[in-house]
Amino acid sequence: MKELEYPFDVEYLIKNKKKIKKELLLQQNLLEKNIAILGGSTTSEIKNMLEIFLLNYGIKPTFYESEYNQFYEDAMFGNEELNNFSPDIIYIHTTNRNIIQYPDIYDDTKQINEKLNSEYERFHNIWEKLFSKYNATIIQNNFEYPYYRLLGNKDAVDPHGKTNFITKLNQKFYDYANETPNFFINDINYVSSSYGLDKWANQFYWHMYKYAMEVPAIPYLAFNLANIIKSIYGKNKKAFVLDMDNTLWGGIVGDDGVENLEIGPEVPSGQVYSEFQKYLKENKNLGIILNINSKNEYENAIAGLNHPASTLRPDDFIIIKANWNPKNVNIKDISEELNLGADSFVFVDDNPAERQICKTYVEGMAVPEIDVPENYIRIIDHNAYFEVTNFSKEDLKKNELYKDNAKRSQMMATFENYNDYLISLKMKAEIKSFQPIYLERIAQLSNKSNQFNLTTKRYSLADIEAVNNDDNYIKIYGKLEDIFGDNGVISVVIGNIKNQDELHIDLWIMSCRVLKRDMEFAMMDELVKKAKEKNIKTIYGYYYPTLKNKMVSNFYDLQGFEEISCDEQGNKVYKLDISNEYINKNNVIKVEE
Amino acid sequence: MEKEIYERLNKVFRDVFDDESIVVKPETTSADIEDWDSLEHINLVVAVEQEFGMKFNMKEVTTMKNVGEMVDIIISRIG
Repeated sequence: MKELEYPFDVEYLIKNKKKIKKELLLQQNLLEKNIAILGGSTTSEIKNMLEIFLLNYGIKPTFYESEYNQFYEDAMFGNEELNNFSPDIIYIHTTNRNIIQYPDIYDDTKQINEKLNSEYERFHNIWEKLFSKYNATIIQNNFEYPYYRLLGNKDAVDPHGKTNFITKLNQKFYDYANETPNFFINDINYVSSSYGLDKWANQFYWHMYKYAMEVPAIPYLAFNLANIIKSIYGKNKKAFVLDMDNTLWGGIVGDDGVENLEIGPEVPSGQVYSEFQKYLKENKNLGIILNINSKNEYENAIAGLNHPASTLRPDDFIIIKANWNPKNVNIKDISEELNLGADSFVFVDDNPAERQICKTYVEGMAVPEIDVPENYIRIIDHNAYFEVTNFSKEDLKKNELYKDNAKRSQMMATFENYNDYLISLKMKAEIKSFQPIYLERIAQLSNKSNQFNLTTKRYSLADIEAVNNDDNYIKIYGKLEDIFGDNGVISVVIGNIKNQDELHIDLWIMSCRVLKRDMEFAMMDELVKKAKEKNIKTIYGYYYPTLKNKMVSNFYDLQGFEEISCDEQGNKVYKLDISNEYINKNNVIKVEE
Repeated sequence: MEKEIYERLNKVFRDVFDDESIVVKPETTSADIEDWDSLEHINLVVAVEQEFGMKFNMKEVTTMKNVGEMVDIIISRIG
């Protein structure tokens, strides 16, 4: 729901939260979670706001809410309601109002450290107690800065200052978080400074209602918290889908030309796009997948990314859709090629009309309402699409992984018809009579192939050498190469010449990594050619079924052979008359002469 | 002016309490609206402040007896 994405209309949210909640509860398949809020100040509105943000993420919370400022008592001593609640998440909403002992101006270093440790231990005890009692994730606020500074600027520096004390206490919280799984910090220190500390700390709300921040700031707090929770439950986004013109650079590459794009350090408008590209690159390094969806000629898109000042290079993207298709169609294609749901995409486009169309057609995709380029980073970043809770080494490799996987399917998806795809692979084959250097590989293949193997006849190296030296055999191997690389020797056919003009196929095998490339037709064409050279009139094919070779049970039918017998075990004999004209079947693989 | 304020205020009350049947009058108090407890009171005050682009001070919020007094304060601010 757009209203629950940054930037929010706080007024609207406060007024309409009940209506919003009703609407969001109509969603299907909500993930139900129990969330205990242990508060050190009033939490009612925090709960309400958290609820709608979570519902918007597909999470339906049931809440336990401690009585006013009972966080410590609830955690340490429990109560029947909380005990029976079995929380999935325990959120400890404390603020600097819950710090009991600040340093006194007369305190020496030792006394200050004792106070620091005693404050820390109080919280540390709570966490340990909760972990021992509940199988739950704990989310703990850090502390916001004080709203006044008794020592002025020195408040941050001097150990007697509240600002200094809070900074040290926060650091102790972070140290614990870094070594404790299932423990996360809700960084209200950042949220309050981003919101504006003076406004955040509006004392009216404390003295009137015991809210530790002003009520209009609560949506920001709740959103920040909801982002941690949705990340824990795997609801982060995974990929960027980016427009190019006026999104990655200023200007339109097709109209203005690469040399006139605004990118790079020379002018302010170029700088702002450079920073945005750098931000995207940093995201990529975290394992977020970058893709392009742009109305452009493909060549122009690539030329733009090769601009000397462009931080992002064509290589940084997994899928680049630069064409004139509707953008929602491209998004669907990207989703299929990556094998990732479009609801895990963040679509960034400066054009509100494109945003609107894609939002309408692609359910669940995030479409940040970016306005001017200097705001792109803030708006995207504050939406916390990729909120990091757990970070693994695999994440860093994710881009490479997707790149490999995407290549072929990407090619396939570009083509309406399979034949065009095959042609685009620019396959080249070498199909020749056995050569000494391949004999070992041929023997190996005859022993390894199980599926694409018509007779499952096994040959030792000596057997293969014997066949190779016998003129009564036609024996060919096939090598296949495509734009993605060389597959090596992947197919072997051995035919035995009998009765002058008959060729009996003893062995026909092919490696499964080249299935559906028409290689078997290229092999047949070559076999027929060689047979004709030896004045063969009829080719006999044999299919002996095994548990594994069902995929070739109708192989000779597809090759145009005629079935002449089939016994009880399903062993079949086929024949093909080649005394008349034979029309080559392969038209997608170029066979070396 | 007063009539217009009541109309706008009525809309705010209906939104906040999600109840289209609410009609506020000068003598309306929290006892007349089911969901109007102390917690919702905060949200109501914030919503009213935002609607009229003004702020109540602490003393006003603590002494306000009914909707009529609320409207008097609004008029004194924006009038």
